[in-house]
Amino acid sequence: MAILIDSTTRVLVQGMSGRLGKFHAEDMIRYGTNVVAGVTPGKGGAEVLGRPQFDTVRAAVDATGAEASLVFVPPPFAADAIMEAADAGIRTAVCITDGIPAQDMMQVKRFLRRYRADRKMQLIGPNCAGVISPGKGFMGIMPTHIYKPGRVGIVSRSGTLGYEAASQMQALGIGVSTSVGIGGDPINGSSFRDILALFEADPETDAVMMIGEIGGPQEAEAAAWARDNMQKPVAAYVAGLSAPKGRTMGHAGAIISAFGESAQEKVEILEDCGIRVAPTPSAMGETVAALFGASVAA
Amino acid sequence: MDIHEYQAKEILAGFGVPVPRGGTAYSPEQAGYRAHELAGRAWVIKAQIHSGGRGEAGGVKLCRSEDEIVATAGQLLGKKLATRQTGPRGKLVGRLYVEEATDIARELYLGFVLDRASERIMVVASEEGGMEIEELSVEKPDSIRRLSIDPATGMRDFQARELAFALGFEAAQINDAVRIFRGAYRAFRDLDATMVEINPLVVTGDGRLVALDAKMSFDDNALFRRPQIAELRDKSQEDPRESHANDRGLNYVGLEGNIGCMINGAGLAMATLDMIKLAGGEPANFLDIGGGASPERVLKAFQAVLLDRNVEVVLVNIFAGINRCDWVAEGVVQAFEKLQLKLPVVVRLAGTNVEEGRAIIDGSGLPIITASSLADAAEKAVAALPADARSAMQAS
Repeated sequence: MAILIDSTTRVLVQGMSGRLGKFHAEDMIRYGTNVVAGVTPGKGGAEVLGRPQFDTVRAAVDATGAEASLVFVPPPFAADAIMEAADAGIRTAVCITDGIPAQDMMQVKRFLRRYRADRKMQLIGPNCAGVISPGKGFMGIMPTHIYKPGRVGIVSRSGTLGYEAASQMQALGIGVSTSVGIGGDPINGSSFRDILALFEADPETDAVMMIGEIGGPQEAEAAAWARDNMQKPVAAYVAGLSAPKGRTMGHAGAIISAFGESAQEKVEILEDCGIRVAPTPSAMGETVAALFGASVAA
Repeated sequence: MDIHEYQAKEILAGFGVPVPRGGTAYSPEQAGYRAHELAGRAWVIKAQIHSGGRGEAGGVKLCRSEDEIVATAGQLLGKKLATRQTGPRGKLVGRLYVEEATDIARELYLGFVLDRASERIMVVASEEGGMEIEELSVEKPDSIRRLSIDPATGMRDFQARELAFALGFEAAQINDAVRIFRGAYRAFRDLDATMVEINPLVVTGDGRLVALDAKMSFDDNALFRRPQIAELRDKSQEDPRESHANDRGLNYVGLEGNIGCMINGAGLAMATLDMIKLAGGEPANFLDIGGGASPERVLKAFQAVLLDRNVEVVLVNIFAGINRCDWVAEGVVQAFEKLQLKLPVVVRLAGTNVEEGRAIIDGSGLPIITASSLADAAEKAVAALPADARSAMQAS
């Protein structure tokens, strides 16, 4: 079923009545995503794009059985919206919002731990492009036409670099099972390792492209996990070879502040773990192709 | 966002962290008066710039007379101070801090960071004060003690006490140490800091604990709810190119090369800079124009890129998701007309509305160099550099 979303997933949109929320919800519906409801406090009872709107996530879940939520809520209120989704029993939340304070995310991560594993929500993002299972459905803001359905998983911090990889792969005839943007913030919901684990368990994914960048320990952690636990091959790219130390490069989390956080160091760590790293960002598609050969391209 | 030492000390003092008495000075006369006001026989005069390593760069001086204070202030003020953190360009010394000299018996290191592995605030402390934490972690890694704080409970007294005993404070100093640890923690938490560093935390000759130096950085994403912190911004410490762009809502980082860059998405921007380097060029900047960029925003981005006099070629690389290639293309065409661009401009468009975007570029009749891929764009940008710039690069 690919991972995180397919054509049957019942999706609600938090912030659907807003300009951006509505624009992207419309795109999602057009693609065939099963959008069942929207939530905006105070807009309960209204309809947007033919979908019922609710005041609370709980009311939306009770009425529609929504299991996934796309969070399009402005930064000051986004952490609260994520926690509301978790408490209402949403299984997967994807948060697009860029600019959430890091300590809010710290609270969110702590909050998510209060639920037992069997009802704990999986958070993707924030500050990400979302999740797409090509041909089945998507929750996010990506241009859908660049994704060819197929059997390679993509996991990327950056949205646009994920697009770059998908379109390079498309040009080579390689399709995507699911592409996941985990977001550019220093504290995020799901790590590279979390998503690699989902791809490893997914019968419709044969291989994974992992796109990292400077800052933080997640690429190295994921590489070690892949070496010890994965049967499926992993290719990678790490952005920021030319980034100066101590400067934040756009993403709040893209800053080299400790050992092992520069692109060069991460490339070495990844290669030591048996991961093939694309030498340039325009060689991501070729690297996937070379690694997996004809079995994937077919 | 970074602030000055004296500002950090003022904040920490408000949270119960003892700091030496001192005052700011914007002129040599004021510095002299500060010393007079503080009384005593020795003072330390400290250049206030946003950088560590000021001492070894000559920005911190011990003075024993008011005349010496006035003379030293005259030497420091209005000059650029280059430390190993600022790079050779240095930072402007616009204000000084004059402090009573402290009799130091012991120096310790105390830092608070946002630890990305544990996703918590972490305390990092060492009995080896005065050294930078980077040096400490190489030279004396065993001296470093770490403590991660549960955001649900905050720092508990027992945790602070354990740390204080582990750092070898005497019994009479434990309560003071606990007050400092918890105060600094609360300052970090309550003000959305990303870093608090007290280095050194000293024990004075008469057994008191004092924060001799202090540094704080804050989460840019939280400034909306910390107006009192946002007010402390000192633009004189920023690269003027960055101030200009950031004030216009553009995510810009100044670099040293001559290829100006305008890209959507931080990851793609970093990758494009990498690609330029691999193609043999040097980027002049990082610039993420963000999502939903209108033609006006693209025009503003051009202005920001061109503020840098080193720029000889502009590279626009857009992979539109939330963006629209036609809007970006319109912005590029407008920039050509309104800014009367003479420089070569390389444009690569992909994603949402790419056909419309390309049609606008092709139909404009302007000498815009179009590129089909990331690699193609980087190579064309390097090739479009004036011949003298290219040969200079090959020579270096």
